[in-house]
Amino acid sequence: MKKYTYTDKKDTRSGFGAGLLEAGQKNDQVVALCADLIGSLKMNDFIKAFPERFVQVGIAEANMIGIAAGMTIGGKIPFTGTFANFSTGRVYDQIRQSVAYSNKNVKICASHAGLTLGEDGATHQILEDIGLMKMLPGMTVINTCDYNQTKAATIAIADYDGPVYLRFGRPVVPIFTDPDQKFEIGKAWMVNEGADVSIFATGHLVWQAILAGEILAEQGIDAEIINIHTIKPLDEEAVLKSVAKTGCVVTAEEHNRLGGLGDSIAQVLAVHNPSPQEYVAVNDSFGESGTPEQLMTKYGLDAEHIVAAVKKVIERKNKKG
Amino acid sequence: MKADLQTLEKTASQIRRDIVRMVHGCQSGHPGGSLGCTDFFTALYFSVMNHDPKFNMDALGEDIFFLSNGHISPVFYSTLAHAGYFDKAELATFRKLNARLQGHPTTHEHLPGIRIASGSLGQGLSVAIGAALAKKLNGDKSLVFTLHGDGEIQEGQIWEAAMFAPHNHVDNLISTIDVNGQQIDGPTKQVLSLGDLRAKWEAFGWDVLDMKGNDMADVVRVLEEAKSRTGQGKPIMILMHTEMGYGVDFMVGSHKWHGVAPNDEQLKLALDQLEETLGDY
Repeated sequence: MKKYTYTDKKDTRSGFGAGLLEAGQKNDQVVALCADLIGSLKMNDFIKAFPERFVQVGIAEANMIGIAAGMTIGGKIPFTGTFANFSTGRVYDQIRQSVAYSNKNVKICASHAGLTLGEDGATHQILEDIGLMKMLPGMTVINTCDYNQTKAATIAIADYDGPVYLRFGRPVVPIFTDPDQKFEIGKAWMVNEGADVSIFATGHLVWQAILAGEILAEQGIDAEIINIHTIKPLDEEAVLKSVAKTGCVVTAEEHNRLGGLGDSIAQVLAVHNPSPQEYVAVNDSFGESGTPEQLMTKYGLDAEHIVAAVKKVIERKNKKG
Repeated sequence: MKADLQTLEKTASQIRRDIVRMVHGCQSGHPGGSLGCTDFFTALYFSVMNHDPKFNMDALGEDIFFLSNGHISPVFYSTLAHAGYFDKAELATFRKLNARLQGHPTTHEHLPGIRIASGSLGQGLSVAIGAALAKKLNGDKSLVFTLHGDGEIQEGQIWEAAMFAPHNHVDNLISTIDVNGQQIDGPTKQVLSLGDLRAKWEAFGWDVLDMKGNDMADVVRVLEEAKSRTGQGKPIMILMHTEMGYGVDFMVGSHKWHGVAPNDEQLKLALDQLEETLGDY
């Protein structure tokens, strides 16, 4: 198992804030919009640097998405910012018609995704957003795993022409990816090469997959860990190449097991290489109030649950013979 | 660019013929609102707006129009064709398989003249505000126009946008509501009352004008008046009073022709009332 260490921890939303500032410095067509959550989205540095390129829309997310779509007409590259729930479920039809169907170059940037929003509870903890967004034709869906990757992804999507959903979160988590990485949309990142099982993880579950990989290594299980930061378009080649070698799969995500990364992987495998698969995901339920750590444990989204899923899927593979 | 009143009236008559024929041709679509708004579209595209039929999405230095109530696509398509955005022969493909003239307008098929998809109601005002903000950032002094149905403003997003535009001094925006008092299920007064529209929009901070929407001279006059009021800190709202189905006597004033196509006999009756001035497609 390749060794991953970290010296610092930060929230991924701060990576977005830093990336937004840099994207704004690189390209003066980049503009930002927010629905009364500037501090939560870490947009302050961008606003301070480019006050005239920031639009405060108030608590009116539907209007924000429409305004963003309109600003692309005239060449602007709008980044919208609010919580993941209000970025997707609340404004699904606005995104569908004014952004996706109209093919507008809007970057929908969503913080506080998933259970790790914590104490606010289920009204704010969307676990369906990846599914909602990936079903829209032409929509790119990205879920980043740490500060550095979120910053790099934010800069990268400004250079990409087309609608993007960028999902990140609130909790402070280890920074373990390269600060100088080049973020390639749609290109999976090989975290650790292994032979016994393929673990495909996205977002906050990537660090948990690394922790699981270390536990498994001690028990003599050689796990391949791949970070799928871009859920759509999916790096099918990386998925198939890995599973051809390992023969079984665990997917890990902070999302409902219906419609998320796991389903995207299962669909590819069903067509090309049917293989035993276990899901580490929320089991079709809403969340609840609690600390992020408590919730990730209760809902089975941590290293221990990944280890258990790996053992189960290897057993299934061996039975299959 | 600026056509005289007589030419505008002739153009409007041809567009009304096109509308009825297009809807008859595919036996679906929305003739009522299209006919009621024909004078507005004609004035906008042949007299009021500065626009280039050599279509460019970003419209730098050009006025932009957004149709928010996308179901009145027949009048939009016919207007664009006569203005030179595409060949009027293509009007025959309206709502047919593999056509660029979809039931509701879309950018997806790359039809020149369309800058946003509309159909699901209530979204166009926000989009127009965005385009108006982009114009300001670009130092572009041109204007942004919109059209909405009166039933459409029952959508909540309209009021989010209504609150935003005055607060942010979006004063390069001229919006229009087609006040015909009809929606699919009946008169707006019965379905969901709109109340005092002037008082509502003024209370939100808009500069409000009234227009006789089926009187070409008044349509041109009010649109020019609206233009003269831009750049003064407020967005402008025109309450355009029209009759649904205007120009075809048996369609006038009833919600029943909101989304129904005429049969062969009704088509003949309608065309007898609408002079062919520029040649049918």
